Amino acid sequence: MLAQRPTPSAPGFDLDRAWRVSAGVAVRPEPFGALVYHFGTRRLSFLKSRELLGVVQSLAEYPTAREACRANGVGESELARYERALATLADSGMISPGSRE
Amino acid sequence: MSVVPVGRLVDQFELGLQAPICLTWELTYACNLACVHCLSSSGRRDPRELTTAECAGIVDELERMQVFYVNIGGGEPTVRRDFWELVEYATAHHVGVKFSTNGSRITPQAARRLAASDYVDVQVSIDGATAAVNDRVRGPGSYDTAVRAMERLADAGCAGFKLSVVITRENAGQLDAFKAIADRYGAQLRLTRLRPSGRGVDVWDQLHPSAEQQRRLYDWLLAHGEAVLTGDSFFHLAPYGGPLAGLNLCGAGRVVCLIDPVGDVYACPFAIHDEFLAGNVRDPGGFTRVWRESALFLDLRRPQTGGACASCGFFDSCRGGCMAAKFFTGLPLDGPDPECVLGHGEAALAARTDTDRPRPAVDRSRRAPRRAPPRAPRGTEAVALEVIAAPPVHACDESPVAGMRGGQAR
Repeated sequence: MLAQRPTPSAPGFDLDRAWRVSAGVAVRPEPFGALVYHFGTRRLSFLKSRELLGVVQSLAEYPTAREACRANGVGESELARYERALATLADSGMISPGSRE
Repeated sequence: MSVVPVGRLVDQFELGLQAPICLTWELTYACNLACVHCLSSSGRRDPRELTTAECAGIVDELERMQVFYVNIGGGEPTVRRDFWELVEYATAHHVGVKFSTNGSRITPQAARRLAASDYVDVQVSIDGATAAVNDRVRGPGSYDTAVRAMERLADAGCAGFKLSVVITRENAGQLDAFKAIADRYGAQLRLTRLRPSGRGVDVWDQLHPSAEQQRRLYDWLLAHGEAVLTGDSFFHLAPYGGPLAGLNLCGAGRVVCLIDPVGDVYACPFAIHDEFLAGNVRDPGGFTRVWRESALFLDLRRPQTGGACASCGFFDSCRGGCMAAKFFTGLPLDGPDPECVLGHGEAALAARTDTDRPRPAVDRSRRAPRRAPPRAPRGTEAVALEVIAAPPVHACDESPVAGMRGGQAR
C-alpha cells in the first residue's frame, strides 16, 4: 500500500511528533463531537466526530500524533483525514507541538 | 472504526448544545442614556437585580458548563458598583468577557485596565458616524462621550476593541465613515441589525433600513469579509447571493440565550417577552436546568418546518430569518422575516389586520410605566425620535458565531 503521507492538504503538519492541546484552549464535548475555543484568539472550532475528540484529548499521552490516532482506533485508510483535521487545529493554534513528559 | 458523519453543523446546532456557546448577560437595566431603540427598554435599575454573590454563583455555573464567554450588557453595565469585580471573577474562572458600553465610564484608568487584560473585550456603541445622526438616536452628547472613550482606549494601547453600530435607515449611508472611525482608533467595526425589540418596537418602522439600503449593506459586508464583524445578525440577507461569514442560523435557545438583570432567562437578547421566557436562574436547578430542561428551549430545538417559507428556494440559506423581528412586528413565527429580501416580509406586514403588536415584557424606561404601556398611536412614533434617551444597543450580539472565522476541523 502506498504511503498516505505527506498529504498535500496538510503541509507542514508532522504526524510523527508529539502534540498537545494548547494552553488557553478549552475543549467541550458535545453530542456531535466537540467545541474548541481559544481564549487568546477568540476563535471557535468544531470537532465533527467523537472519535476526533478522543484523539485530541489524548494527544498529550502519546509521543506522536500518529500513535494517538492508532490508540483511538483510527485505521490507516482514515489517517489522512485525521491528519488534515489535526493540521487545521494546529494552524489555528488549538494544538501545539509538545513533548511527552 | 469510521468517522460517523454528523451532517451539517448548522443542523446539529439547531438541535441545541449541552450549554450555550456564549450568552448575553444584561447586568443591569440602569442606564445613563435612553436610546430610542434600546433592545431592553433600559433606564432605571430593578430593585430585584441579582446581587454580587448571585452573579458569582452564575459564573461558577457557567464555568462548570464550559460556557466560553459572556456578552455583558444592560443597561449600561459599568454603572454597577461591582462591575469590575464581576469581570475579574469571570475571567479568573475561565469565562471570557465581552462587554458593551456607551463609553461614559471608560476613564483613562479603566482604559489602561482593559488594555492590560487578555480575556476582556470591550465594545463601544455609536449609531451614527456623525454626532448629528448618532445623537438623534442615542441622545445629546452621546457621540462625544463615545469618541472620548475610543480615544482613551487607543491611548492606553487597547488594540482591537470593537466599535459597535446598529444599522438604521439614518446611518446606512455611513458605512465607509464608520470603517474610517474604527481604523482611526485601531478598533474593529461591528455592525448589527436593528430589531423591533424593547423601545425599538416604537421606532422600527421608521428606522429599519430600506430594501435598497439592505442590498447595499449586503454588498458592502461581502466586500469587507471577516474584517467587519456582524454577530451573525444579517443572515436573513443570504438570499442576495450566498451566506455572509458566520453560522447563519437563529441561535435562540439553541446556542445562545439571555440572562436579564433579575435572573430571568430568555431565548435571546431581542426576545424579552413572556413567550420567550424559559425560567429564572434563582429557580431550583439554576441556569443549567433552565438551559437543559425548560419546555420552551426544548421546543425551540425541535426541527423547524419552515412554515410558509418551506417552499421558498432560499429557506436553506435564511432559515426564515429572525424570530424576534417577526414576533415584535406581529408576524407569524413560521413565516417570512419582516425584512425578507424577496419582499415577502413587506407583503406580510401590509397584510396584518391585527395592529396590536406584542409589547416587550419589561420596560425600565425612565419616566415610563413599568410594564406593557399601550403602544403609541400610529403617527406619533416620530416624536420618540425627538425625545431621545439611551443605553448601549449591543446586539447579541455575539451570536454563536462571533469570533468564529472558519477553522472548522472535519
